[in-house]
Amino acid sequence: MKTIADLKAIKEKHIYDIEMRRDHGVHKTDSVGNDKVRAHVMVCSGTGCTAGGAEKIITTFEECIAEKGISEEIKVVKTGCFGLCALGPIVIVYPEGVFYSEVKLENIPRIVEEHFIGGNVVKELVYPETLCKEDNSILPLDEVDFYKKQMRLALRNCGLINPDCIDEYIANDGYFAIAKCLTEMKPEEVIEVIKASGLRGRGGAGFPTGLKWGFAAKADTPDGQKYVACNADEGDPGAFMDRSVLEGDPHVLIEAMAIAAYSIGASYGFVYVRAEYPIAVMRLQRAIDDAREYGLLGKNVLGKGFEFDLEIRLGAGAFVCGEETALIRSIEGNRGEPKPRPPFPAVKGIFDRPTVLNNVETYANVPPIILQGADWFRGIGTEGSKGTKVFAVGGKISNVGLVEVPMGITLREVIYEIGGGIPNGKEFKAAQTGGPSGGCIPTEHLDAPIDFESLTALGSMMGSGGLIVMDEDNCMVDIAKFFLEFTVDESCGKCPPCRIGTKRMYEILERITEGKGEIEDIQKLEDLAETISANSLCALGQTAPNPVLSTLKYFRDEYEAHVSERRCPAGACRAMTSYHINEDCKGCALCIKACPADAITGERKAVHVIDQIKCVKCGACVLKCPFKAIVIK
Amino acid sequence: MSKTNEAQVLCQESMALLKDIVKQHGSGGRKDELIEVLNEVQEKLGYVPYEAQKYIAETMNLPLAEIFGVVTFYSRFSLKPVGKYKIAVCMGTACYVKDAQKILDRFVELTGVQPGETSEDGLYSIVATRCIGACGLAPVITINEDVHGKLVVEDVDRLLEIYK
Ligand SMILES: Cc1cc2nc3c(=O)[nH]c(=O)nc-3n(C[C@H](O)[C@H](O)[C@H](O)COP(=O)(O)O)c2cc1C
Ligand code: FES
Repeated sequence: MKTIADLKAIKEKHIYDIEMRRDHGVHKTDSVGNDKVRAHVMVCSGTGCTAGGAEKIITTFEECIAEKGISEEIKVVKTGCFGLCALGPIVIVYPEGVFYSEVKLENIPRIVEEHFIGGNVVKELVYPETLCKEDNSILPLDEVDFYKKQMRLALRNCGLINPDCIDEYIANDGYFAIAKCLTEMKPEEVIEVIKASGLRGRGGAGFPTGLKWGFAAKADTPDGQKYVACNADEGDPGAFMDRSVLEGDPHVLIEAMAIAAYSIGASYGFVYVRAEYPIAVMRLQRAIDDAREYGLLGKNVLGKGFEFDLEIRLGAGAFVCGEETALIRSIEGNRGEPKPRPPFPAVKGIFDRPTVLNNVETYANVPPIILQGADWFRGIGTEGSKGTKVFAVGGKISNVGLVEVPMGITLREVIYEIGGGIPNGKEFKAAQTGGPSGGCIPTEHLDAPIDFESLTALGSMMGSGGLIVMDEDNCMVDIAKFFLEFTVDESCGKCPPCRIGTKRMYEILERITEGKGEIEDIQKLEDLAETISANSLCALGQTAPNPVLSTLKYFRDEYEAHVSERRCPAGACRAMTSYHINEDCKGCALCIKACPADAITGERKAVHVIDQIKCVKCGACVLKCPFKAIVIK
Repeated sequence: MSKTNEAQVLCQESMALLKDIVKQHGSGGRKDELIEVLNEVQEKLGYVPYEAQKYIAETMNLPLAEIFGVVTFYSRFSLKPVGKYKIAVCMGTACYVKDAQKILDRFVELTGVQPGETSEDGLYSIVATRCIGACGLAPVITINEDVHGKLVVEDVDRLLEIYK
């Protein structure tokens, strides 16, 4: 079992590894007494980059480095997400912080030869934005547009440490927050600090975390048992913030849950993770095993007489299980159907015992607050929303990936400065936040600050952090239909307004996108929305109409064009569009080859034609045409 | 219930696997271990057959109807075996706004298999899934363990040539 003195010794031993990466420090003797290390090659091993072949990249680097006999000097480290998933696989070399993007296996020998041996960065292979426009030198990463306005707090260890190495977590002050709680703070003082920090839940609703912990601390329990739980079900269908924390920094969750348990008097915890996240589950399990071995979980944490342990529970693919009462029922082994609240889980949760349930990102904020104090945290963000928020930014935006920004930053800054704007010269149309419970924010509100209150005022919500950007080619009725289809699929069926009401809304939207809608349909949608919001049992149903309401609010004209003119202004709804080749066609035949349906014919050098009966409207020809001669009407 | 839950006799190998799983995860006599057991069965056998449900009901001392209720509630559990190639098309929001629907449609068109179903010959299963966390590669699909990203419609034809 490790004591606090042991933690300090581990930190000391590994601190140079962290300093080389975090502070670009020169390497001194490393943890195994090797003083030759001069560079760390950090390879992103998040889901995105792993899909792009990160594992093979690690082994290839290792082989090339061994071949050159410099294994003692160059250390290859797997790490969590750097954020810029669109450019994966990503490799960052410290101490300089050289950012190699879209790394291919065949580039690796060259990087080893020229950079690691020759000392010259391979500038052709680095992410171009990291090169100084004036003199082509390498910019420090925090001056690059993508990172300049970010503030990585919940993600502080992602990309910095090896998630499978508990010692590296400790070296960056890991487990010192629980140590501080156990030695210097009473449970109620911990709760006071969290309350004072202003931390609010990051899972969607934004409930004050300290308040929740306070309720659970005060709640009665028949046998002394209470629980802490973590919601890692991440249901928003276009988001992966929580997964990235689990994959890049699993120990933070263990430490934060231990702190919560200490503050409320619990000794056991559950982490409810989606089974679709195998890498996250594997890393978290490894972290739990390692923490047990170090005595950071168990009967006597850090030798301070505090007992805490936890286990992973896998979800099985039901969105509603992200809702807290449904999640609890699922942990108990039941169908994940929600229950009416009150009683709230803080009073009556898992096995009817008081339970604190928080989201992954909420927990990730806890250790730094304990170490750096409530005032420090309060200094970040806006009046009502303190700290930072992680967003998974996707869709029609250049820098698809994971960003963490201080609350209060504007959408414009996130989309245009950090996100690099809309690709292919297209116009921004709307940003969707809050997933299936949220809404769309149009151009005229791009300067609204991102915080809980202002997003709600705009008819959307903060949500858990999905942020999907849409351009002129996306039809807003179609997007509303997409989210309703999701809710219909995921409604647990327990209450009729949600089960039947959302289905009716979906059918109307389907009619409209097929060009069979009537003008009354818009009114029907609004009426149904009201009934469903007011009468559903849980927030899944209550918020399900939001995507329709917000698109109706800002894009009513698109709905009207569909029903009155049988026209889809974005050219996205298949039933109302057709593809045509105009006079700009040079007869190059590329589209003929691209067409999967053999619908295009024509002589070389003569204008081609599309057979409207055969055409499946897939758009493959549009992508291929070098003359932009294929138009959608 | 009988339509999708008809009796199939499990081979010895599957039975042994099943016994192992229940012993490992479900022997504590705790109801809350059920989903753990089912997840494991789904992963090892590729589906949760009726025989397996019956065995679990008996050994964990739970009503069969309750197990069936749980199995059908969660989308990860399937009552039928999946095909040799499980084609999962991401229909997460990030992929959807990048035309994932067209990719899905093309798979359906070429294989004749509807989403959520398996071809007669057991070669292909097609499913529409949610975000697989590779939004940077949108639109994304997985075929068994392989991830294919940044797809355009014509890639579908090419992929089916490879996986056959
Ligand atoms: C339908 C529905 C789905 C939800 N999905 C999630 C989810 O995937 N992850 C999450 O953390 N919270 C989700 N929530 C919110 C939880 O109910 C709960 O408020 C949250 O986990 C509390 O943690 P927090 O206070 O740290 O945010 C969902 C809520 C509803 C109604
Ligand atoms: S939405 Fe498809 S990978 Fe995220």
